Order: sequence, then C-alpha cells, then structure tokens
Amino acid sequence: MTIDMSKFLDTFFEESAEGLDAMESGLLNMQEGAADDELINTIFRAAHSIKGGSATFGLSEVAEFTHHMETLLDEMRAGKRAASRDVVDVLLESVDCLRAMLAASKNGDVNDPARAKTLGERMGRMLGAPVAGVVHADATHAAADAAGHGWSVVFRPHAHLYRTGNDPVRMLRELAELGDYKVACDTARLPRFADVQPEECVLAWTVELRGDIPEKNVREVFDWVEGDCDLSIEAIRGDTANGARGAPCEQTPAREQKAAEPDIKLKTPDAKVPTQDPRAASETTSIRVGIDKVDALINMVGELVITQSMLGQVGKDFDMSRVEKLMHGLAQLERNTRELQESVMRIRMMPISFAFQRFPRMVRDLSQKLTKKIDLRMSGEQTELDKTVMEKIGDPLVHLVRNSVDHGIEMPDARRAAGKSETGIVTLNAFHQGGNIVIEIKDDGAGLPRDKIIAKARKQGLLGADEEPGDDKVFELIFMAGFSTADQVTDVSGRGVGMDVVRKNIKALGGTVEVKSENGRGSTFTIRLPLTLAILDGQLVSVGEQTYIVPLVSIVETLQMKKEAISAIAGRAELYRLRDEYIPVLRLYNLFCIEPRQTELVGGLLVVVEGDGKRVGLFVDDLQNQQQVVIKSLESNFKRVPGVSGATILGDGTVALILDVGGVIDASRQATSPKGFGKKPAQVRAA
Amino acid sequence: MTAILIVDDSASMRQMVAFTLKGAGYDVEEAVDGADGLRKAKGKAFNVVITDVNMPNMDGITLIKELRALPGYKFTPLLLLTTESADDKKQSGKAAGATGWMVKPFNPEQLLATIKKVSG
Repeated sequence: MTIDMSKFLDTFFEESAEGLDAMESGLLNMQEGAADDELINTIFRAAHSIKGGSATFGLSEVAEFTHHMETLLDEMRAGKRAASRDVVDVLLESVDCLRAMLAASKNGDVNDPARAKTLGERMGRMLGAPVAGVVHADATHAAADAAGHGWSVVFRPHAHLYRTGNDPVRMLRELAELGDYKVACDTARLPRFADVQPEECVLAWTVELRGDIPEKNVREVFDWVEGDCDLSIEAIRGDTANGARGAPCEQTPAREQKAAEPDIKLKTPDAKVPTQDPRAASETTSIRVGIDKVDALINMVGELVITQSMLGQVGKDFDMSRVEKLMHGLAQLERNTRELQESVMRIRMMPISFAFQRFPRMVRDLSQKLTKKIDLRMSGEQTELDKTVMEKIGDPLVHLVRNSVDHGIEMPDARRAAGKSETGIVTLNAFHQGGNIVIEIKDDGAGLPRDKIIAKARKQGLLGADEEPGDDKVFELIFMAGFSTADQVTDVSGRGVGMDVVRKNIKALGGTVEVKSENGRGSTFTIRLPLTLAILDGQLVSVGEQTYIVPLVSIVETLQMKKEAISAIAGRAELYRLRDEYIPVLRLYNLFCIEPRQTELVGGLLVVVEGDGKRVGLFVDDLQNQQQVVIKSLESNFKRVPGVSGATILGDGTVALILDVGGVIDASRQATSPKGFGKKPAQVRAA
Repeated sequence: MTAILIVDDSASMRQMVAFTLKGAGYDVEEAVDGADGLRKAKGKAFNVVITDVNMPNMDGITLIKELRALPGYKFTPLLLLTTESADDKKQSGKAAGATGWMVKPFNPEQLLATIKKVSG
C-alpha cells in the first residue's frame, strides 16, 4: 500500500505555523533565568510536533534542525539548562529560520541552508555535542550479523505479561513469519485447574527457527517485552539447517530491504511540493471555526427547516382565513434568515489577537536595536473582526507600532531627564464601538513634534508662512505623502513612505485613522474599521429612476434645505450653511449624469456626509429606508468606478450602487463647477 | 471491525495515521490530547490505542496509566508514538503499562505492520 504523504503537508504547514507562533510568544514571555515549567513544556511540545511531523513528511532538513532546538528545550525542561538570554535569543532566531525553511518547502523554493547550518552549529556548541546526523541515527541500522543457520529461542513470559497488552501468540506468529519454525510449549508451570489465574501467563515456549535470519530481526520481535520475560536467543550450530531452507525464508530478504530503505518513500512529498500554486502561499485559504459557532449555525438551519415546513403547510390549502398564519410564518422566516446571516458572518470573525501576536516579538527586537526600553501592553485581544479585514490591517498596524517605538518613545536618558520612567509603554487596545472595531496604538513618548511638522510643511509649501494651524490640522499633515520628520533615516522608519500608505490602506477597508498627540505625554493613533467587508448598513436614496446607497456610518445628518441657508458663490459652487459651517452642495444627478425629478434646491433633501474629515451635502430626490445590504464587488464583476465602492441587489431584484463617500468628496473638491464622472454631462442635462 | 483510537495533538500526524488505518479498513477515531483520549476511550471499547507522548492537558504516559487502570483496557494493546529513541521514555511508557511503541518517523507501511501485529 502506497500513501501519498503530500496530502497531509498542508495540514502540517498550517499546524507548524501555529506551533511556531506559540513558541515565539512562549519564548518572549520567558523571564530571564526563571523558566516556568508549563511555558517550557508548551514550547517544547511545539518543537517536538514540528520535528515529528517534518520527519514523517519527508522534510529531513527541518527535522534535523528542529532536533537541536528540541534537545536544547529538553535540557531546559529537565532543569539542566537555565533560560539565559543567549538561549532564548538563539531559539527565537531558530523560530525565524524554521519559519523560512517551512515557507520555502511549502512554496517549493530552495532554502538557503547556510542560515540553518550556522544556527544549528550555535546550538550544537551550546549543547557541547557534535551536530550532524542525530535524527537519522535510528534510521541507519547497524549491519546485522547473520548467523546463517538459525536460532533457538526460549521465551518464558512473566506472569503479568497479558497486563501489558502483549500476547505471546503474536510474538510466536511473528517468529513464524521469519523463517522455518518449530515450536514446543512448556506447560511445567501450569497449576491445577482449581488454582488457575486466568489473567496470568504461565506457559513458556521453545522455538527453533531455521534460516538465514539476522539476530536483530529476532530480537525485534521481543523488543516490547524486554523485562517482562526471560528470553534466550542462541544460534544453532551445525549443518543441519541447510536442508531446512525453504520458501518461508524468502520473506526475510524482502523484509530487510524494507527496513533498510525507509527514506525512499518519505522523499516523495518533497518532490511534489514545487507543483503547488505559489500564489496560494500568502493567503490562508482555510479558517478555524469554534465548534460553538458551527453548532449555532446548525441550530439556525434547523429552525429554518421548521419554518419552511410550516409555511409549506400553510400554503398547501390556502384560504384567506390563514393569512394571519402566513404572516406569522413570514415574520419567523425573516427572523431566521437574519439570525442565519449573523451566524454565518460570525464564522468569518476572528479575535484580533491573530494580528496582535506578532508585536511582542517585533517590539522586543526593535527596542534592542534602538537600545530603548519598551514595555508592550495589549488589551482587548479577544475582540473579533472579519478575517479579511484582519489580514489587511496587519501591515498598517505594524507600521504604526514601529512608528511609536521609533519616533514616539524616547531614549532612556531623555525619558529620565523628562522625569518619566526609563521604560516607555506602548499600548495596543482593541474594542467594539457601534458597528466598528476600534484599534488604538498609544505610546507615552514625546508626542508628535508640532514645531518640526510645521517647519517641514512650510518648507514643502503645504502651509503658508504665516498660517498658524490648529493641532488637528498639524497632525493631519503626517498623513501626507512624503512626509517624515525623523532626523535620520533609520532601518526602522523615516523613509518618507508610510503614513500616507497607512491611511490609504485603512481607507481601502472603509476605515479611518486619526491621531491625537500631547507634547511630552505621547500620542495615540486610533483606527476605526468596519467589522466586516461583506455587509453594510446603508441609507437608500433615490435620484431620478436610480437608487443609491449611502453608508450609514458616513452620514452626519439629513435635512430639508431652507432658502435662506443656500448660497451660491462665483463659478457654480453652491454652499449650504449648516449652523456655523458652510457645506458644499453636491448634486448627485450631475455626478452620475442622470435625469432627476427635482432640480430645485429649496425644499430639497440634503444628506450631509463626512469622509476624510471633510463634509459635503449630497442633494438627492428622496430618502428611502435604511437597511443592511450585502456588498458585491464592482471591481471583480465589472471594473473600478470612481465614487462607487460596490453594488448590491435590492429586495425587488434591481441593482443599486453603493457610494464611496471619500471618492465623491474628492470629486466635488476637484470640480469647481459641477461636473460628472460621465463623459458628456452637458448633453445629458440638455436631454 | 477493529476499532483504533489515535491520540495526538498534531493534526497532520493524526490525519496521516487515521487515513492510513481507515484505508486498511480499520475503524478509527481521533482524540486531540490525553484528556480527550481518555474520555473517548471510556465511551467506546477500542481494540488498540495509539498515543503521542507530548501533549497538552494530559500526556501520553499518563493516558496509558489511566487506561490500564480501567477494567476494559486491562489487556488492550496501548502503543506509544515517540520521536525519542532514548530508552528512558520507552521505560517510563512500559512502567505505565504501554504494550509497545513506534518511533517517529515511521511510514504507513510500518504503521500497518505494527497494527496488524497487535490486533491480529
């Protein structure tokens, strides 16, 4: 029977990744010198599983490398080695190296063996042992001595043998498979029937095995019962054996061959890996879902089935007297559907700890590099958000945390001079607020250098020389492209790409990022993201024949315009005075070049929306209801359309476009006169 | 049909063992650690139990000790999966009541041969 091991490789890679994460966070939690048993055990188990799996699935380099780690950890587990900084460092580096090795195997790339070798040697030196070939030690069998003639085996099990789960019959059967076999049973210890203890083994056997059988094969049969029996294996001398060589002996060479070449089959997965699709590498294609979520789903589907059969009954012989029952059933169906939708959405939700878990390591490495003292505190790790959002928020988060560590927290002496503790604190916090998840990255460092930002902005012409902007406006500047105030370009940050990209990425997820800063007290970045990218709470608005959806989160208010508040300035820009603020009015029908039912602003409906800190009023014909809509991507089904973030299908089957408020506002700012996204707005209006 | 319980915290290992054994016509159940294994073993009479050594919650050695103390598992073959060819693990396994062991890495053929040996 041949089994293709490669089908288990994906599982192995997945669980190895989890194991490595566990090792990493375990190592980071390890206090110098004082090793917590449970912690070491967890790390050890992860290394151990990776070693076992990689050896089984033919990744011998990985197995060999992990073996060193395991040995090191085993010594720590046994209390023979202290968890010194050196050891933790080398283990952490090994985790990185392993990750690279596994990624290379997964993608079918060639791994650079030098790094593994160097690390392996370092661990080897720590262990004070030679490095090579440890794993294969038991695979390479010592050449067995062949006795040539056969063996005489006396097997006398101890009384308790059955209680080890072993059975002498099995061993005798195995011996019979080795060669020509003659057995005699010794019943001398058999007690009188009345004294028989059925659970005890009292028989003994003498077996005469003839044939060219290596002693090792015979000994192997009794491997498990060593100490549970008296055993003697003696070579049979003389020529009498020659005649006994028969057919059964031929099994022996076949067996030997199998034993000697266990590696061959194991190599196959290696060869298979490169054929896998490399694109699949970076995205995880499967998710782990808690049983409770699946149970809730099954429960919900069960209720749906009940409702369906109930409705079926009502419909079978329907008359007006049953209308109430029908309505009741439909209401139940609606409830079921909503609950089912919620449950399905929950499946995609994962705790944000998946995104947070890389930070302890990162902050540790960075603070070492920068010789700063930093304490990372995380809270709200169990806050859940959509898996897709989580995958995309990773890079922006990394950037912000790096920023806090590099720019935010000061050097220890500067902190001391400022009367603060030498150890800076970076706090990551996540929580739900409304339909959003909020992530805060806070540091207690120096705060954003307001004067420096202003000076730089003036130099770049972003600010007028005599302009004295408010804090909000100053801090907004750091999100502009090419804006960095780091004195030196370091490895860590300050290359001038960054905050603008961070904001762009967060915006692409339908989120926002804000910064608050206090001189000498530190700064806080706040990211707000929708919980999911699949569903949106929307306000349906009508313009002409069309229905558009405005995301509810971006709506500030909706009002009926009064004549006295409307003003038009030169050009054709129209403004509406909302309390103390003038808001540009954007006629949606112009933007999309459609025929409106209403062109008169007075008495018309204005939906005030906010995006990127800017406000505009959207002039629409009518407001419809608010509802949750399922977002269908326009990009993947059609193409990207400016001002539109997606589409959805309404209850009556028509398609409605979802407005991208940021995009719409951009368009309104660029256009001094109302101008549509369409090619010939003038013509449309004329029609 | 011979019922086999495989206890291992590594999903890939479990899958490989279960797939191999199911393919050979055995009735296989999986448990993710010693505690889970013990619970499952109490719920059904397995003919063979294969367990990893290092697992969270309950390790393989403890599992074997616990199983051996149950009347239903007094004589059942209980096998340890171990990467350690070192004798001390085997000896502590034996002392706990293990029938035998398989040293990782092993291939499907070796696994089937071992199961055949103890279940036949």
